[in-house]
Amino acid sequence: MSARQIGRSLPRLEARAKVTGRAEYVHNLRLPGMLYGKIFRSIVPHGRIRGVDTAAARAMPGVELVATAADIRTVVADPYYGPAFHDQPILAEEKVRHVGEPIAVVLALDPKAAEAAAQAIEAEYDELPAVYDEVEAAISPVHVHDALKPAGTFPDLAHLAGRRDTNVALDFHLRRGDPERAFAEASRVFAHTFRTQTVMHTPLEPLVSIADASPDGVTIYTSSQSPSFVRIEIARLLRWPENRVRVKTAFLGGGFGAKVYVKLEALVTALSLLARRPVKISLAMEEQFFTITKHATTFHIRSALDREGRITARRCEVYWNGGAYADIGPRVAQKSGFSAAGPYDIENVSIDSYEIYTNLPPAGALRGFGVPQLVWAYESHTDLIARSLGLDPVEFRRRNLLREGRPQATGTLMRDARLEAVLDRVAARLDWGGSFARGGGTKRRGRGVAIGFKASIAPTTSVAIVNISADGSATLYCGTVDMGQGATTAMAQIVAETLDIDAETVRVLAPDTDVTPYDMSTLGSRSTYHMGLAVKRAAEEARERLAALAAEAGLPPGSNVPTPEIFRKRYGMQAGNVVGTGSFVPAYTPPDHASGLTDNATPYWMVGAAGAEVEVDTETGAVTVLRLVLAADAGTPINPKIVETQLSGAAIMQLGFTMQERMEFADGQLLNPSFAEYKIPAISDLPARIEVDLVDAAEQSGPYGAKGVGETGTFAVSPAIANAIHDAVGVRVSELPITAEAVYRALRLAAGDPLPQG
Amino acid sequence: MTRVSFTLNGRSVTTEAAASESLVELLRDRFALYGARESCGQGLCGCCTVILDERPVSGCLYPAVFADGASVVTIEALSPGGGLDPIQEAFIEAGAFQCGFCTPGFILMAKDLLDRHPEPSEEEIRRQLSGNLCRCGAYPEIVEAVKLAAIKRRTTRRQT
Repeated sequence: MSARQIGRSLPRLEARAKVTGRAEYVHNLRLPGMLYGKIFRSIVPHGRIRGVDTAAARAMPGVELVATAADIRTVVADPYYGPAFHDQPILAEEKVRHVGEPIAVVLALDPKAAEAAAQAIEAEYDELPAVYDEVEAAISPVHVHDALKPAGTFPDLAHLAGRRDTNVALDFHLRRGDPERAFAEASRVFAHTFRTQTVMHTPLEPLVSIADASPDGVTIYTSSQSPSFVRIEIARLLRWPENRVRVKTAFLGGGFGAKVYVKLEALVTALSLLARRPVKISLAMEEQFFTITKHATTFHIRSALDREGRITARRCEVYWNGGAYADIGPRVAQKSGFSAAGPYDIENVSIDSYEIYTNLPPAGALRGFGVPQLVWAYESHTDLIARSLGLDPVEFRRRNLLREGRPQATGTLMRDARLEAVLDRVAARLDWGGSFARGGGTKRRGRGVAIGFKASIAPTTSVAIVNISADGSATLYCGTVDMGQGATTAMAQIVAETLDIDAETVRVLAPDTDVTPYDMSTLGSRSTYHMGLAVKRAAEEARERLAALAAEAGLPPGSNVPTPEIFRKRYGMQAGNVVGTGSFVPAYTPPDHASGLTDNATPYWMVGAAGAEVEVDTETGAVTVLRLVLAADAGTPINPKIVETQLSGAAIMQLGFTMQERMEFADGQLLNPSFAEYKIPAISDLPARIEVDLVDAAEQSGPYGAKGVGETGTFAVSPAIANAIHDAVGVRVSELPITAEAVYRALRLAAGDPLPQG
Repeated sequence: MTRVSFTLNGRSVTTEAAASESLVELLRDRFALYGARESCGQGLCGCCTVILDERPVSGCLYPAVFADGASVVTIEALSPGGGLDPIQEAFIEAGAFQCGFCTPGFILMAKDLLDRHPEPSEEEIRRQLSGNLCRCGAYPEIVEAVKLAAIKRRTTRRQT
């Protein structure tokens, strides 16, 4: 009998491989005869392509092939892809829609030869007017696409098919109660606008894919979070059955949403078919910024309050800057949009959430799927209301928080979401009711709290297989990608708990669509819950089959015979195996199209709060985050240590998006696609103290009480810091990132002596 | 191509390198050493860190031909025969990595520090590691790992 496996903080199973530098990444992979591809990209944000001159590149030494959209069409009849809309060409044809859009590719045996030749390509454009701002683009006469092309993957996007002359890729609406009346009857009304900036995931293993294709089939090796999706999408593009497309992943050097759905896979597959050789494309760090980003947003939020300090109505209008291609943006606008009013019990809610095409690089999913942008607005707004009403910000939140069993804005009842406990834990850690040293002179201190929540992804499917070999060792076949979040280890712990063995002995295969069964994707903090349940069911079935084998071998039920002995008794030697399969797809009710309401929006809720203590230098506006406290309801953690590091890691990432990161554009040109000018958090940017706290919780429907946690640490960081700055110096920053300049401008404005713009 | 002879993880090696070739490319292409890896390509992230003549360098910027006559140590040297260095053990025990892509660079920077300062302060640890990036945000655990490694190395030394 082994000890209980759930709740063990065992190190990652692949720890030795990672500390010795021997862990496998697609980054390291090379195949015999492989060609390297280098992409030639657009230098204009919006334009018709008059011509692409590749003659000089073709003549350069070592160049095997130069491909443009016309070449792609010879192997892919309809070369448009995307998870929500089929709007993205493998290579641009006729038009370019953002700076950095791929137009042509050079293939060479030597990557440096490919790079040199790519620089010899020239394109001519007829430039078109362009739109960049999400609010302007919503009503602009300049259109990024002529017509909308929903993919058909999602039934609730079908109504968008063929819509013309609009940049609104998706409009999601939610109406609950009678907001108009509530606003008319309100004691007080508050209205604010908050904005977030464009940022990038910057996984340190940049996007990389290899395809080895022939007319008989293709094997794709890719640093992807979505091997099953890639298989299906490539099969669709090639009009092949799924079984001719094999997708393999290895460990990912970070993902964070940058590596979901199709990114380079369609391109390398088409190129490999053209070249009849394996083709690898590894993006440079700079190129990642042109490939996928996080949505910039504008959020108009308005609340009605009664005399008791209760929020009676909230109106949310959110504009998501989706860039030139939809990617998964329409799902962000809808799936996160419905939580835009925050984790509060509000009778009357109106939400309008718009995914907008612009001439910027495409935006997609980034650790939180839009929720951090929403929490930034609603928790800054909530804090402003509390301060205006003269109420304590924690008490004001407590008064309005959703309680267990109460309906969220969609009408879905809150279950197993310990909002109040999570908020209380942060307040307790900060000693909220106690005294606080506020500093003096030019160094002022303040503190703030914020809380956010997020629905999970439904309806999505996971399938798993557990094999028990004749010596009793277990192997898990599972399509969840380990990108650093520790999924391999958590899944092994679920198998081990179910089979009553040690997690260290479980082998977890890397995703390989020829071997591991379907999984929707590794995203949205869904794996521990969705795949975890599939894995648990597969292990349970394997356990039952082992018991059946024991019965066939003539052993009495419940006998404590070691597994190898069961196989020997049954097959006369070390032979045979048992296989259990399991699948999970959560119950789900799609939202009503008109009202956005549903009685089952999500299988579970994630809850995360943050508390911050800051010091503001009033002479410079510089903000130092002295202390960051995180609390979460992560259900019952499978591996507490890994869960804690997921929370602190997510918070540190969000700290970068809060204090320093911003992709700077001028007329659609990206000015800072490099770590030299786009600074992600380093060890020197960390608060002196980061504390993580998990409240006692159990997700009743989850595997052994667990739920997802990969995104939770991001939710509340940004508004907690802005609220702390307000507490310190009495000014409000309403746009990310919170630079020293932004704070200093706000201080000067508050002093009646504003700085000139520019 | 230029002839390059140097000591690689304790062994004398000779190869040829192009003028445009970086040290990390040389290690990868000629010696199948993948632990130092190019990420940002500008010497700003530390994923390509190797130790050259007892100093850490960014392998993605360091011209391979300049390694001639030098002694180069990569992450692969720390676990000869499959055993782990105390720093590697400490990184595992402290849970000091997630995706692992930046980990060899951090471990070599920690080794460089502990070789020179066996008992570093937290401030010295943070300063030493300030040029290495970890997008997963494992920094708090990395600091703990280096502190733990310092203790482990002292203990190991006393025993031997």
